[in-house]
Amino acid sequence: MEAATLLDWIVAALVLVGAAFSLIGSLGLLRMPDIFTRLHGPSKATTIGIGSILVASALYMSFRGPGLSLHEFMISLFIAITTPVASHLLAKAARHRRLPGAEGWSADGDQPRNR
Amino acid sequence: MLSHAIDIALALLGVSLALALVRLMRGPDVTDRILALDTLYVNSAAMLVLYGLRLGADRYYEAALLIAMLGFTTTVVLSKFLTRGDVIE
Repeated sequence: MEAATLLDWIVAALVLVGAAFSLIGSLGLLRMPDIFTRLHGPSKATTIGIGSILVASALYMSFRGPGLSLHEFMISLFIAITTPVASHLLAKAARHRRLPGAEGWSADGDQPRNR
Repeated sequence: MLSHAIDIALALLGVSLALALVRLMRGPDVTDRILALDTLYVNSAAMLVLYGLRLGADRYYEAALLIAMLGFTTTVVLSKFLTRGDVIE
C-alpha cells in the first residue's frame, strides 16, 4: 500500500511537471518577438514535457500493468532525435526567406558560407 | 489523487494547444505556422499518452507514435519545400 501511494505521488509529479513544461513552451511560442526566438520554446520545453509524461507512463504501466513496459521510451527517443532536426530545417527555411529578427537584426548582414 | 493530477495536466495541455492554435492563426510568416503545427503535433501526442494513462489502457501509444512520426515528416517536408522549392530533388 505504501509503495503504491509512493508510485502515485511520483507519477503525478512527473505528469504535472511535463504538462507545465509543455505549457511554458507554447507560451514561449506565443510571446516571443521573432521566429528565431520562437523556435526555442517548442523545440526544448516541449521535448522535456513529453519526455517527462512518457517516463511517468512507463513507470505506471511497469508497476501496474502485466509486465515491464518500455515501448514508451521508443516515442521519447524518437522525439529526442527528430526535434533538433526539424528545428534546424525550420531555422534554415526562415533564414532562406530573409525573415528579420527582433532588434533590427537582418539576415542580409552575413551570408552563410557554403551556399 | 492520480486521476485528479492527470485531469489538471490534461487541462494544462489543452491551454498549451490553444496557445499554439493562436500562433497558428496569427503567425506573420508561413514558418511560424509550420512551427505552431509542429507544436500542435507534439502536444497532441503527449495528450494521447496522458489519456491512455488516465484510462489505464495500453493501446494509445501506437497512435501517439504515429502522430509524432507524421508531425516530424510534415515539418521536414514543408521546410524543405520552403527552402528548395521542391521536396524531392
